[in-house]
Amino acid sequence: MATEIRVPSLGESVVEATVGQWFKQAGDAVAADEPLVELETDKVTVEVPAPASGVLAEIAVKQGDTVAVGAVLGTIGDGAAMPEAAAPVRTPAPPTGPKKLEREPSPRHEIGMEEMPPSPAARKLLVESDLGAGEVTGSGRRGQVLKDDVTKAAEALRTRERKEKAPPPARAPIASGDAAREERVRMSRLRQTIAKRLKEAQDTAAMLTTFNDVDMSAVMRLRSEHRDAFEKRHGVKLGFMGFFVKAAAQALKDVPAVNAEIDGEDIVYKNYYHIGIAVGTERGLVVPVLRDADRKSLAEIESAIADFGVRARSGKLSLEELQGGTFTISNGGIYGSLLSTPILNAPQSGILGMHRIEERAVVRDGAIVARPMMYLALSYDHRLVDGREAVTFLVHVKEALEDPKRLAVDF
Amino acid sequence: MAQYDLIVIGTGPGGYVCAIRAAQLGMKVGVVEKRATHGGTCLNVGCIPSKALLHASERYAEAEHGFAAMGIKVAPVLDLAAMLAFKDAGVKGNVDGVAYLLKKHKIDHFHGTGRVLGAGKVEVTFINGEKQVVETKAIVIATGSEVMSLPGIAIDEKRILSSTGALSLAEVPKRMVVIGAGYIGLELGSVWSRLGAQVTVIEMLDRVAPGLDGEVAKQLQRTLAKQGIAFRLGTKVAGVDSTGKSLELTLEPAKGGAAETLECDVVLVAVGRVPNTQGLGLAEAGIATDNRGRIAVDDKFATGLPGIYAIGDVIEGPMLAHKAEEEGVAVAESLAGQAGHVDYRTIPSVVYTAPEVASVGKTEEELKAAGVAYKVGKFPFTANGRAKVNRTTEGFVKILADATTDRVLGVHIIGADAGTMIAEAVTLMAFGGSAEDLARICHAHPTLNEAVKEAALAVDKRPIHM
Repeated sequence: MATEIRVPSLGESVVEATVGQWFKQAGDAVAADEPLVELETDKVTVEVPAPASGVLAEIAVKQGDTVAVGAVLGTIGDGAAMPEAAAPVRTPAPPTGPKKLEREPSPRHEIGMEEMPPSPAARKLLVESDLGAGEVTGSGRRGQVLKDDVTKAAEALRTRERKEKAPPPARAPIASGDAAREERVRMSRLRQTIAKRLKEAQDTAAMLTTFNDVDMSAVMRLRSEHRDAFEKRHGVKLGFMGFFVKAAAQALKDVPAVNAEIDGEDIVYKNYYHIGIAVGTERGLVVPVLRDADRKSLAEIESAIADFGVRARSGKLSLEELQGGTFTISNGGIYGSLLSTPILNAPQSGILGMHRIEERAVVRDGAIVARPMMYLALSYDHRLVDGREAVTFLVHVKEALEDPKRLAVDF
Repeated sequence: MAQYDLIVIGTGPGGYVCAIRAAQLGMKVGVVEKRATHGGTCLNVGCIPSKALLHASERYAEAEHGFAAMGIKVAPVLDLAAMLAFKDAGVKGNVDGVAYLLKKHKIDHFHGTGRVLGAGKVEVTFINGEKQVVETKAIVIATGSEVMSLPGIAIDEKRILSSTGALSLAEVPKRMVVIGAGYIGLELGSVWSRLGAQVTVIEMLDRVAPGLDGEVAKQLQRTLAKQGIAFRLGTKVAGVDSTGKSLELTLEPAKGGAAETLECDVVLVAVGRVPNTQGLGLAEAGIATDNRGRIAVDDKFATGLPGIYAIGDVIEGPMLAHKAEEEGVAVAESLAGQAGHVDYRTIPSVVYTAPEVASVGKTEEELKAAGVAYKVGKFPFTANGRAKVNRTTEGFVKILADATTDRVLGVHIIGADAGTMIAEAVTLMAFGGSAEDLARICHAHPTLNEAVKEAALAVDKRPIHM
């Protein structure tokens, strides 16, 4: 009995994937649940396990192919019937007989009784414009859709779409001497998705950024005092991220608009705080989500982030872990960034940018002193977050970090 | 890199139109044609030469029988050789026209037979026997159809003719038998009948011109009989004995019964046409055909093999030049990423007898069979002013409209110039128009087309001139 290997469900809104590396060759013996092939989706790379033990009888798709959810990737044959040593490498047989049509011939002579069809030219244009007859108001006798009606409707549609996705400008010609010294690499699915989503966020939101700075002395002091004990007890390092997550979660509660999103003509306020942590990997940026961050302890947050980092770099994050965030924190400081204006992670309305900590001269009680300072940036969607709210949010984050006791006492 | 975007095999009306449309859309196109001239059956040995002879013979008959009534006294003398030369000149003008059009669109011509080797590969065997494999992104098979022969009746094109031979008879036969009362038999039977032959049409079915609206077919038969053509319906030809000086046909009633014999000088076999797919390498390439030898295609004319399409007489549907042309355009446009489409409900058909018969859409019989409630509007040409003065009062216009929506479902015209008149009905139906729409469109006076408008009014039982 052959068992088909199919593309598993890849989570919400994911309908197709790119086939990555096959770990096994046709003819190899496989054990049930052993990873067989890698699938790269918009969001993660998943491994497809063998649905049964046996011999990988056929590989139906090759690396780079695009496959839909449910598509057959290959088949596993009965191991007993097909001993490993004798397992033939099966390639699809060339068609010998007439191939069945993919589509059945359509009946050509049906009596059309539809009330008022679009005019012949309008009909063609409708199909080409991806419009239904119902989407166009007909100006002909008895409401018939005419060519001009479709032309106008298609133009309106194009204008709408142009706003959404302008065609990329053609690349400017380059000197021939330079051409040989260029390398052209196809964007990975992840990269394409990142590009698309970032651009969508920019095109949709009324995005702007407000800044503040934070004196990290208190957090650093707390950290150096308790680092060893914390690590010993929880098995994870006490970093800065935990404090920022806690501070952000608390500030989100104070300023609900930053944790909300726009849905059509409504604003959806979310009384849960799922904070995404942007993680840079070699393949691009991924944002695993720390669910109910407000209810998690510092230790839980730190260990979750450490785990995310490891798994993000190996592409092992699950789709669920990448979905459902309400707010995002991006730490450019680890790369040395002084100041930046992060782009929203749509449909979220706020993203907090962290930066490098450095000793800067500040004035305290009338005297110039050196303090470990960090700039904070909050990019927000001005459509639903007012400037006052954005500034307040950032001030709350700043205050909590400058006086971490607030995080414990919650005020 | 493929040398061509498109190779079309066959340059009949389907093939050459497809090639030109594709070239218009920017494709690099080549055509394979085995004939010395383009245009396929239609231009070389079909529609065009038969229309030349129909036109000439009709003028001859008119001069003989009609002119006197209009005050023109002549005694026409037939010069058949000159008439055939006139026909040949007409054909040459048309095929040269196609050659010019192909050249104008920078379409390459491979003079030979084409064979499909598989997706993207056509092998051309040139007339001199040399072979060349041409690589192309897409292939359109437009090889048309050929005469269907009857078992036991060998066509020699001397005394036992196909439609091709019936276009070039050196002399007018005394007695001609036409096997098959389809449009080809009726047209060519008319030609030789007008020129003096005693024509008998033998048809297995009990009606002429199967596919036409029954009422129209009956009127056509009556009119042709009046012109001197004899009909033997419900009769089949069991065999032809060509050993004697005369041909001796054995006729049998289709329902069975006693056989009889019929003598004649020539027999025209006009029982239909079959798709021309021999030598194309379809089976080897894995392209499916149906039980009637037609290439199976989907609604985009695609065969089971990627990039290989088929149009015209080699696929399902009426074997009509204009149907093939529409399909050729649709394929070319689909290949260019457009929404190529053929509206099969509005393909007209014309029988070029005198009077002509033209129809589009459903016949009354088809509507009855489909259980559609319909209204009928009819108007005879005897009540049309222009037809009266032209002395072409034979025939009528019949419009079938949906009883509820008034949408026109079929139009059938028998009368002079019916083939030209049908165009307005096709246009209306392509727009899904109603009988009232047609009735409310202004028609010039005095024209034969006024009968169409009157028939549309008659659907609502309110014709003005009846």
